[in-house]
Amino acid sequence: MNTIQETYDAVVVGAGHAGCEAALALARMGMETIIFTVSMDSVAMMPCNPNIGGSSKGHLVREIDALGGEMGKNIDKTYIQSKMLNRSKGPAVHSLRAQADKIEYTKNMRMVMENTEHLTLRQAEVAEIIVEDVEANNVADTDNLTTDNIEKNTVIQKDCLDNKKKAIRGVRTKSGATYYAKTVILCNGVYLNARCIYGDVVNHTGPNGLSAATYLTDSLVTNGIPVRRFKTGTPARIDKRSIDFSKMEEQKGDDTIVPFSFTNTEEDIKREQISCWLTYTNEETHEIIRSNIDRSPLFSGAIEGTGPRYCPSIEDKVMKFADKNRHQVFVEPEGEFTNEMYIGGMSSSLPEDVQYAMYRSVPGLENARIVRNAYAIEYDCISALLLKPTLEFKEIEGLYSAGQMNGSSGYEEAAAQGLMAGINAALKMQGKEPVVLDRSQAYIGVLIDDLVTKETREPYRMMTSRAEYRLLLRQDNADLRLTDIGHEIGLIDDERYGKFCKKRELINKEVTRLSETMVGANKNVQTFLEENESTTLKTAASLGDLIKRPELSYELIAPLDEERVSLMEDIFYQENLSKEVIEQIDIELKYDGYIKRQRSQVEHFKKLEKKRIPTDINYEDIHNLRKEARQKLSEIRPENIGQASRISGVSPADISVLMIYMNMR
Amino acid sequence: MIKLSDTITAIATGMNQGGIGVIRVSGENAIAVADSIFVPKKKGKEIRNLDSYTAAYGNIVDKRKLNSNHSVLDESVNVQNYDNRENDINIEENNFEIIDEVIVLVMKAPSTYTKEDVVEIDCHGGMQVMKQILHLIIQNGARLAEPGEFTKRAFLNGRIDLSQAESVMDLISAKSDLAAKTALSQLKGNLRDKIMEIREEIIHNIAYIESALDDPEHYDLDGFGDTLDTLLSQKEQEINHLIQTAEDGQMMKEGIRTVILGKPNAGKSSVLNVLMGKERAIVTDIAGTTRDTLEEFISINGIPLNIVDTAGIRDTEDIVEKIGVDKSIEAMQNADLILFVVDSSTPLDENDYQIMEQIQDRQVIILQNKSDLQQVVSKEDITSHLDKMIIDISAKEQTGFDTFYQELNDMFFHGNLSYNDEIYITNMRHKEALMEALSSIKMVRESIAAGMPEDFLSIDLMAAYERLGYIIGESVEDDLVETIFREFCMGK
Repeated sequence: MNTIQETYDAVVVGAGHAGCEAALALARMGMETIIFTVSMDSVAMMPCNPNIGGSSKGHLVREIDALGGEMGKNIDKTYIQSKMLNRSKGPAVHSLRAQADKIEYTKNMRMVMENTEHLTLRQAEVAEIIVEDVEANNVADTDNLTTDNIEKNTVIQKDCLDNKKKAIRGVRTKSGATYYAKTVILCNGVYLNARCIYGDVVNHTGPNGLSAATYLTDSLVTNGIPVRRFKTGTPARIDKRSIDFSKMEEQKGDDTIVPFSFTNTEEDIKREQISCWLTYTNEETHEIIRSNIDRSPLFSGAIEGTGPRYCPSIEDKVMKFADKNRHQVFVEPEGEFTNEMYIGGMSSSLPEDVQYAMYRSVPGLENARIVRNAYAIEYDCISALLLKPTLEFKEIEGLYSAGQMNGSSGYEEAAAQGLMAGINAALKMQGKEPVVLDRSQAYIGVLIDDLVTKETREPYRMMTSRAEYRLLLRQDNADLRLTDIGHEIGLIDDERYGKFCKKRELINKEVTRLSETMVGANKNVQTFLEENESTTLKTAASLGDLIKRPELSYELIAPLDEERVSLMEDIFYQENLSKEVIEQIDIELKYDGYIKRQRSQVEHFKKLEKKRIPTDINYEDIHNLRKEARQKLSEIRPENIGQASRISGVSPADISVLMIYMNMR
Repeated sequence: MIKLSDTITAIATGMNQGGIGVIRVSGENAIAVADSIFVPKKKGKEIRNLDSYTAAYGNIVDKRKLNSNHSVLDESVNVQNYDNRENDINIEENNFEIIDEVIVLVMKAPSTYTKEDVVEIDCHGGMQVMKQILHLIIQNGARLAEPGEFTKRAFLNGRIDLSQAESVMDLISAKSDLAAKTALSQLKGNLRDKIMEIREEIIHNIAYIESALDDPEHYDLDGFGDTLDTLLSQKEQEINHLIQTAEDGQMMKEGIRTVILGKPNAGKSSVLNVLMGKERAIVTDIAGTTRDTLEEFISINGIPLNIVDTAGIRDTEDIVEKIGVDKSIEAMQNADLILFVVDSSTPLDENDYQIMEQIQDRQVIILQNKSDLQQVVSKEDITSHLDKMIIDISAKEQTGFDTFYQELNDMFFHGNLSYNDEIYITNMRHKEALMEALSSIKMVRESIAAGMPEDFLSIDLMAAYERLGYIIGESVEDDLVETIFREFCMGK
């Protein structure tokens, strides 16, 4: 018998994007942490698309950075092309996306991990979670009780006896070694009982031929955690030398680089960028697919997992959108020092020979040599309805789950969850209040709330349309929204925080000053406005009012802003008036009306979020609730009235009844 | 969205009191909202100047006739508007439209039923006027209370004791079920279709915008604003038309739902013809709707009767066979009043007994018809089976109807007969929702005109979509994401 036994504060299972953020957060918050990976060469691996960010995902990365996570810094170090998407649209939907050098990305993240204090990396497959039933008075909820509320203590003990609790004690690896810990975070990604499939070929491996985790599912099920089966896919990688780029459109990066991390400036990270390429499928491609569709494991039923609709395989697109005679194909480099090119838009699980024919029908890919086949991957994951908004299992104290394991998809979604699970696990061990971001604070809040409240029947992807208050949740103000929290929990150091506070102070100062500084309708002003093709003034207006006009901005109105000259002599202004500050001033003033409207919506929203539902509530006792509402509420056990109101099948009348019931107690 | 402390309003008295009634307003802005439609007889008696539990006498006026260019939804504008007006006592001078003479009672938080500021408006101008006042209050920033909402607030704010809480919950769950049922069953099919059609178009456009934002490399928005603007100007007209419909009371028929029952040849048609022939206005029939029930709206001495008649009841005489038909049963079950026509010239038969069996627990007036012929059925013959008010009539000679009208009048004013006010409330709600949808669409068009980026458009488009959904009882619940995936090919 293996006698290796070690003890840590926390165990993280899996070193993908979720696992890395979770482990770094734990270790940086002072928790002795060990992270397991099936291969040390796959730390923070990007097994699918070679980019970070994109619409709404870019928001997540900036939020991760504002809270003190690593993803933003790592992509800033390893990007090979950067773009701000939707620049012509409103600021709420500007989204940063960068092409990553996959090898560099992995290497750099691994280096950071290896050099973080309190963090141990270990290559091994975790096969079992160790769970114990706990005595009522050992439950951590009672930790904070003092002697002067003994009465309460007895009440809680009674509740616990009625409702027996389980707690995590550690994990055991395939080789039998035992690692004890107060906290275990599952970040298994797509590895649980994974199968990679194309045509009639089935490989029982994780992505890129890495070994699957074949034991842990059983252990989860034994401990009362049911699993389900999801599916996703990836396109082929093609040798750059076999591609004719003259038949494709070049896609260059932006001239101005916006870093993901608020700690970087453009100058810090500027580099020579590498292009991507755009080409299209055509009727020939579609005909090849249609005539071979019976050989697709998706259509023949060999794949049982549920795939995402937002990331369909090329055969899905062709069959479902038959009226489209072409689809875009993005050819993207996987790194600076490799010839592998990612064929975005053409993921597939068709047999190898069909893949060849299909790719080669695309202009520029006529002579394509495939390096890696496209494939679909199927894996076990859990329903995140089993989790609290802290990502801790409701039924097993100290066990958390994050990333694709929770039924999400995407590197960024995974990293965001990993970070929050890590933060909350650390806070719990420190006896502190958890950090649960709500829907008005961050995309991360929307993501996690959706996962733990709504039933997702396919891998969940972030979208800007999922955020009700997206005008407030911009990528440009992620630091203003979240740096306070990052600092409070100890992931943002004092130096960074000090800088941030000055930035915030200056923004507020200038917005107030500009709103209060009036200019008259004098000749000087009118001439200026005419020159800038802006309507002349009828009465006096504030500088803020002028900035509201689409054709004007903070910088443009400088000639009218007499005070600015003297202010610029102030060292505080000189040091802090960055283009980010100016951007904030412009946005705050320009979209003032809309922003105010959303803020007032948020106020209403917050009132419901603040109404906490007691954890021991028994919905079966509330017979005025409709049956469906009773069932859903019993299953999901929402934390507050706001969350309850978002459960499908719970009506406003049910919420009224619930609130009255809560008041009766 | 559920809101906890906004200002709500409702008619506090039932709709059966012959037009004298109280409208209640409760919430943060209750006083400001009420002040914005009230002009006291004496200067200085504005509601905001009154002490708690004192009253003022004055007029409810529509100040908006003068400056109607403000958005109906913008509370702040109205409140501010009010505050700027110092000398608004001379109504003629200000050219306000007077709606009703009223007494206004103000009760200030926390010593009120709801523990919020409460204003009660005692009006006496009849039902039509009360509805008009209620509508004005809504336009000025309150919203129609949900079923049981005053009581709910009273409880949540600690006014009612625990023993009452249970009944509050019963009230809410029962009332909202009923409201939902009424809303859906009463909405005319073609109106429902129209609203669904407008919603479809709106969500499609939001989904297009969102797809383009989410996947800018696949979908672009060049020229989208213009196309959308054209579409929305059309939708604006359609919604305006729907609002007109709601105002005409065509959306759902109000009134005492009345069903005429009787065996073949009892004289139902003749009774109906007499009722309809009364010189009081026949408001309309609504042929052309997809529902196959026929409704006649008759006002008898000011009492609105909505005579619901299935085609079967109206056209054929085989009512007893038809009684098994869903429509007839439904009409009977939903009726506030049943007029049971008995042929007193032929003996009671199985048909009569069956009907009597079914309507034992209902509000019934028995019309003993054919009093001009030889009488073979006595009152006792009937009352021994069905103990209800009986009136002798002759539809042919048109006699006995005055007694019937008098009886109807007594029942109504004594409160024995009232109509389901859910219908009228629902009409009001629909109108409110339509106006909000319209205002959201206007905002979208303003944003297009101002050259705002497309993502701003979807905010107000979504609001319009939500409000329209409220009318047909559909929630938003992931509609957008579903539409995006269904209609647009996303992703790489």
